[in-house]
Amino acid sequence: MTRDMICVSCPIGCALHVELDDAGNVLSVSGNTCKRGEKYAIDECTNPVRMLTSTVKVNGGKLPVVPVKTSAPIPKGKMFECMKAINNEVVDAPVKMGDIIISNVCDTGVDIVATNEV
Amino acid sequence: MLKYDLVVIGGGPAGMAAALKAKECGVKKILILERAETLGGILEQCIHAGFGLHYFGEELTGPEYAYRFIQEVEKTDIEVKVDTMVLEIRTGNVVVATNNKDGMLEISATAIILAMGCRERPRGALDIPGSRASGIMTAGTAQKYVNIDGYMPGRKIVILGSGDIGLIMARRMTLEGAKVEMVCELMPFSGGLQRNIVQCLDDLGIPLKLSCTVIKTHGIERLEGVTIANVDEHRQPIPGTEQYVECDTLLLSVGLIPENELTRMAGIIIDPVTNGAIVDENRQTSRPGIFACGNVLQVHDLVDYVTAESQIAGEGAAAYIANRPRGRNHYVSVSAKDGVRYVVPQNINENTDKDVKLYFRVADVFRNAKIIVESDGKVLYSKKKPKLAPGEMEYVTIKASDIGALEKKQLTVRLEVPTK
Amino acid sequence: MQYDVAVIGAGVIGAMITRELSKLNLKIVLLEKCNDVAMGTSKANSAIVHAGFDAEPGTLKAKLNVQGASLMAYYCNKLSVPYKNIGSLVVAYSWDDMKTLDELFERGFANGVPNMEIISQERLRDMEPYISEEAVGALWAPTAGIVSPYELTIAATENAVLNGARVKRNSGVFDIEYKDDLFFLSTATGVIKAKYLINCARVFSDQIAKMIGDTSFKIIPRKGEYYLLDKNEKKMVNHVLFHCPSKMGKGILVTPTAHGNVLMGPTAIDLDFDSKLDLDTTIEGLNIVKNDVKTVIPALSTRNCITSFAGLRAHIAGDNSDFLIAPSKANGHFINVAGIESPGLTAAPAIARYVGEIFRDIAPQYERKESFLTTRPAPIRVNELSDEARKALVEKDKRYGRIICRCEGITEGEIIDAIKAPCGARDMDGVKRRTRAGMGRCQSGFCGSKVVEILARELGEEMNKVTKFGNGSKILYNRTK
Repeated sequence: MTRDMICVSCPIGCALHVELDDAGNVLSVSGNTCKRGEKYAIDECTNPVRMLTSTVKVNGGKLPVVPVKTSAPIPKGKMFECMKAINNEVVDAPVKMGDIIISNVCDTGVDIVATNEV
Repeated sequence: MLKYDLVVIGGGPAGMAAALKAKECGVKKILILERAETLGGILEQCIHAGFGLHYFGEELTGPEYAYRFIQEVEKTDIEVKVDTMVLEIRTGNVVVATNNKDGMLEISATAIILAMGCRERPRGALDIPGSRASGIMTAGTAQKYVNIDGYMPGRKIVILGSGDIGLIMARRMTLEGAKVEMVCELMPFSGGLQRNIVQCLDDLGIPLKLSCTVIKTHGIERLEGVTIANVDEHRQPIPGTEQYVECDTLLLSVGLIPENELTRMAGIIIDPVTNGAIVDENRQTSRPGIFACGNVLQVHDLVDYVTAESQIAGEGAAAYIANRPRGRNHYVSVSAKDGVRYVVPQNINENTDKDVKLYFRVADVFRNAKIIVESDGKVLYSKKKPKLAPGEMEYVTIKASDIGALEKKQLTVRLEVPTK
Repeated sequence: MQYDVAVIGAGVIGAMITRELSKLNLKIVLLEKCNDVAMGTSKANSAIVHAGFDAEPGTLKAKLNVQGASLMAYYCNKLSVPYKNIGSLVVAYSWDDMKTLDELFERGFANGVPNMEIISQERLRDMEPYISEEAVGALWAPTAGIVSPYELTIAATENAVLNGARVKRNSGVFDIEYKDDLFFLSTATGVIKAKYLINCARVFSDQIAKMIGDTSFKIIPRKGEYYLLDKNEKKMVNHVLFHCPSKMGKGILVTPTAHGNVLMGPTAIDLDFDSKLDLDTTIEGLNIVKNDVKTVIPALSTRNCITSFAGLRAHIAGDNSDFLIAPSKANGHFINVAGIESPGLTAAPAIARYVGEIFRDIAPQYERKESFLTTRPAPIRVNELSDEARKALVEKDKRYGRIICRCEGITEGEIIDAIKAPCGARDMDGVKRRTRAGMGRCQSGFCGSKVVEILARELGEEMNKVTKFGNGSKILYNRTK
């Protein structure tokens, strides 16, 4: 099994070629011009993670929604599941910067925190 | 008439950083005028992460990046007037502004820093034929509707232009439940960051169509679809490649224009390439005591660079206020050539005592090109870069001693491109 | 609801006629199928006042054009509508063209156009420094000018309302029945009864006439495409500039607008009878304008274009068609005001008076009202005030201190006024036409969402109920959360 991807670690954007075994373990990475490229390829093949940002509904604030983010990157495959949890949440104003809106969202061990004041 | 040492027009990242730096350099009375209801500027609606990696060494969202500066401003005696629009800068550095609390304001300032930011190129300027249906808007307008007002401006989306705002909005709209059909890019490459292409498009299976544009909009009331077509190397649509795409929304992310109406009214000389003022290494414009920084001066790719540039302007304004320099400045002029579109600053004081960073953008995607800074045929700097792209700002640092030693008061930044 | 008169179509013609007839003691209603007045030809035309040398002597077009041109200043003054008497130039590029100018001069003279002159190349260049090197002379007509056509429509409507007229929007007429000396109009908002009808339905006027059995004319929608340029191109053109007419037609014109932009166009493409909703701009059409303008002012560039748009002129099928302004042969209580293409805007004040005379002939029973208000309250234009006046105004009402549209400098107070006016704005385009918010170079990129918010607040609606121009032209869908 092989995978091709473009490295986003820096603006050069190396075209990476990854060889994997049947269990999904990385056998080799080529096309990278630095160490970060190799790490990026391995992470993307074994445990790709992303920061998720969205908004949560606020009652009684001067704006109807407050922006939020995951306190750390979450597994890429869990983004839409987490969006559901975020969409179902409602908080009351005032909301402070850094307030935990949802703790341990979708059992990721990561919190959803407010990134502004409302 | 109110009197201040420094008036900063714009309370976004540029204005705040400039004001804070000026305060740090000892300027006493500072006023920030901001047209929105809060400080923070456009960052308030940029709720995605990716800000601050250079400046803070950590990844922040837009509002978080702004918040750090807002807090700093609040700790100082810098005065702020929000919801305030500057109408004019009159001779003698008098700023005329209006808001719904003070009415009309006339403010006399020793120095002024322009930090008004930029706006998106609208549909009219693109000249896309077709109907005048609703549902055609800039990506930034959609971003405000979604992130601040909490409304969806559409359900089935086509995005024209692969600038970063367009890419970010492709992901935002998808996460909020819309279907983003595609992103069309006129050029054969995207102007957005690679990371955004991967994480905003590839992750979500949104196709990026390069060398492709929207040639017609359809629908009488709300947009019903667009016709797209591939373009040739002269960016002209290729007959036979037309394709109808059903959508209710067309988002435009096709370039940013520095907002220099006030600058022009003040008679300040504008660089036709950057569409911002021509400045020296302190970011002073052609009018003494008026400085410019941030996206009003040149469109930046990263807010971290906006901050850095604005600190230069803040420091420059502070020095101006302290010394009130008189007499003519003697400049080394800086120009762009061979694949380099522009350089900021365009002028450097020949007796500068600080090293100067020359910021520039390239005109095309180049691999293994050499950046060269030279004067009168003498090379001052030379470095090979594996990749250069128009979407990314580049800079090189020139030593103050090198500038002082120049025989001809002229510098050129150019590329040496390897022959294929 | 029963009226004495129903006017169908709230364009500049319908609005001016309604205003004229509201001088009489009668109940009058102005019916409009769109969400606002001035939604058809009146919002998308050349916005100029023709001097009157184009039309054949003896035609209604010729007579009403010259009369209208001389009345326009008075009406715009009374109704507080932007109008500038800048004059027009027909530019000649060859000695053949100069001969054509003589013919135009003769025709204008026969039509009664005052103070025309054929001017030399030198004087032309003096008046228009950026004119093409090829230009050899011009016909100067100082009575021509520029006017804001949608503001004239809005102002006339407001004035008519102040004089007792009613305006019903979203009330398109889809059927008319005539019995017991009454017209029964089926509209989108219910049945309207009226003793007299005035058909000002522009490209749809043939369809309206057909509803009462009048099939005497057919309207061809003739599309014209335009570019509107940024105000920073203002210095490029000082007068209304026409090409010398050739076999290829009048060609496009270049003109400043009453608000200081530069307008260029139109093309003239005849569409099918059933394409009366087609307002699409086309690559072909816009290219014609782009290329044609280069022959007049070579340095004018569409790089500074802020928008392009298309309008439809109501052209009566057949050769040498004139305005059709007369009671219908099918029903003497039904007055057609049809085929009002160029110079319709110029002629509008004269058409209104002319229709007033026709109406008094067929309905002499209605007397003049004892008092008629000739003006409307002038809208506050904050950025046209002196510093002192502006300060005083903001002191009194702070909302005039809060700028919403930064490109045009329009305040919250002005937008609220536009919404609260008689027959006020109900949608974004309505606010735009009344206040210019969103009319500038960013084309509502920044102020759009704020205007939506203000409209929602003032009309007591949710933001996602606000439209661009009524009906299905929605801007927002569901809430995100």
